[in-house]
Amino acid sequence: MRRKILIAVPYLWLLALFLVPFLIVLKISLSDIALAIPPYVPTLDPGGGWAGIKEFFAGLDFENFKFLTTDDLYWKAYLSSLQIAFIATLLTLIVAYPIAYGMASAPDHWRPTLMMLVILPFWTSFLIRVYSWVGILSNEGYLNQLLLGIGVISEPLTILNTNVAVYIGIVYTYLPFMILPIYAALERMDGSLLEAAEDLGCSRITAFWLVTFPLSKNGIIAGCFLVFIPTIGEFVIPSLLGGSRTLMIGKVLWEEFFNNRDWPVASAVAVILLIILIIPIILFQRNEQKQREAEG
Amino acid sequence: MSQTVFEPWNDPQAKPLIQFKNVTKRFGDFTAIDNQTFDIYEGEFFALLGPSGCGKTTMMRMLGGFEKVTEGQILLAGQDMAPIPPNKRAVNMMFQSYALFPHLSVYDNIAFGLKRDKMPKDQLAERVAQMLKLVRLEKFAKRKPHQISGGQRQRVALARSLAKAPKLLLLDEPLGALDAKLRQDTQFELVDIQEKTGTTFVIVTHDQEEAMTVASRVAVMDDGKIMQADTPANIYEVPNSVYVADFIGDVTIIEGRATRNGEGYDIAFAEGQPVLHAESDKSFQNGQTCHLAIRPEKVSITAEKPEARNALKGTILDIAYLGNLSTYHVKLETGQIIKAQTANTRRLSRRSFTWEDTVWLSWTDSAGILLEG
Repeated sequence: MRRKILIAVPYLWLLALFLVPFLIVLKISLSDIALAIPPYVPTLDPGGGWAGIKEFFAGLDFENFKFLTTDDLYWKAYLSSLQIAFIATLLTLIVAYPIAYGMASAPDHWRPTLMMLVILPFWTSFLIRVYSWVGILSNEGYLNQLLLGIGVISEPLTILNTNVAVYIGIVYTYLPFMILPIYAALERMDGSLLEAAEDLGCSRITAFWLVTFPLSKNGIIAGCFLVFIPTIGEFVIPSLLGGSRTLMIGKVLWEEFFNNRDWPVASAVAVILLIILIIPIILFQRNEQKQREAEG
Repeated sequence: MSQTVFEPWNDPQAKPLIQFKNVTKRFGDFTAIDNQTFDIYEGEFFALLGPSGCGKTTMMRMLGGFEKVTEGQILLAGQDMAPIPPNKRAVNMMFQSYALFPHLSVYDNIAFGLKRDKMPKDQLAERVAQMLKLVRLEKFAKRKPHQISGGQRQRVALARSLAKAPKLLLLDEPLGALDAKLRQDTQFELVDIQEKTGTTFVIVTHDQEEAMTVASRVAVMDDGKIMQADTPANIYEVPNSVYVADFIGDVTIIEGRATRNGEGYDIAFAEGQPVLHAESDKSFQNGQTCHLAIRPEKVSITAEKPEARNALKGTILDIAYLGNLSTYHVKLETGQIIKAQTANTRRLSRRSFTWEDTVWLSWTDSAGILLEG
């Protein structure tokens, strides 16, 4: 009995904080916009009895989902989000791998400090950290001042409000999520494997590609999903650093909710986003499970 | 006597495969290997034996190219090894942890080195099959390292390091991770494989029984120095120092003063005790301090005073029952403890001696070895 209660706790948690909110969003996505509070109909009237419930369900339809297919803004935003997330994930991997590798090959007594340095930015608000990039990347920002000062460029570069700034923001923000799983994989690796590879005729570089890289594969896959999945729905970074031409679904969602106050369409956008995300999430879970099996 | 004895180290014509010439290795202030010069011959099974921290692993890692020599030279077949990186040496190593690649199958692990040499495909397949047969793992070629047992992993590691047919194979505590029973079987298997392939083996171990079983010569190391390098029998029967005598097997060391007498020396070791006698071709001055080393199995134990030149009386303090053997710790009146060993040819209940019994210990003139220090 006690065991059942213990097991029930996480399920209740998921039910209350994940499934119920999702059902609410799903319900709103099937509703129609209205000038009311809340700004949609129908709403369930508990006093209406059986007829009230019937009337409520009759008011639900898939009109909002149909609407998403009529305006090409939406599918373009989804595609653009996927593209930005994909490129940003690759860039993050390219930046993170050498850092993780350096950490894993650092002397033992340095590792906690290096780990700390990677995690340290989390102690500041995410919003403030992204906002501070505005000050760095703007036309009069520190980066342009520095480059002009040392004479690399004669005209200030326009970085802020472009996709480049969005990429910089995403790589900066999600870097620790990529570094940590790769570091964990590299750190577990037995150093004598590389000596064995060398002993059997590998140069240092081939030893890296034939031994180190394949053995960190699971860390790379985990890190990529941890960056890719939240990046698709990212809203703060494109809205602060991106320009009017940066099209991301998170931004569209926000505009539907707060500028147009069209909660039903916004909810439909969110539901589709979730469905898109389910695929990489399942793949991620499978990778984790495979890894556990290989180790077990 | 058609069979010639394999002892190239006694043949002045024989060319050594490996020569250490005044090799010193320092890590910062710490001297791991202290000015060592010795040779290893082709076809030898050479064991480096010593307690942990004595430098035996450093010695091996220098051969493999994983550590640089601080001073001196290591020659392989007459060629200086210093500028040659590990991946270009005709030397392979079997690691203590086996270091099998976890993402590759048994087959691909063994083929790993051959692929680096760009060996043609059919030749490679043939060589791997040959290696799998040598270590009796044909059925496990497709398995990953985590899907086979510890003993099988050990054999994969051996096959992988032998696949490239190295001139020299280094084995770093190759049996350390196996349990006692499997270890004994594997020791003989190792010797068998070494003889079959004719490869020169250098093994590092802290297990003296293992070293004695497999090796053609054993080098006993202490503190960065080789104390003695000789056949297992000579190491045991004629150790050249108290350290070696004490390190290998069980021994009683009696300190005394030597006086020349006939073929050997008389040794006075305590007031009120008879003078002992030992044959020796070493030379001691009269009155010089010497150490007499006696193996317990060479000491006989009797109830009556025997007709022997070396006979001492004492009481039994302790009996270590080892099944096939029993070791008696006999305390003399002076407090000195001497060990004597007998084979348990009778049942335990009919053992002739027990605790607190007064007994006589005796040994022949040639049983003890006289050492300086």
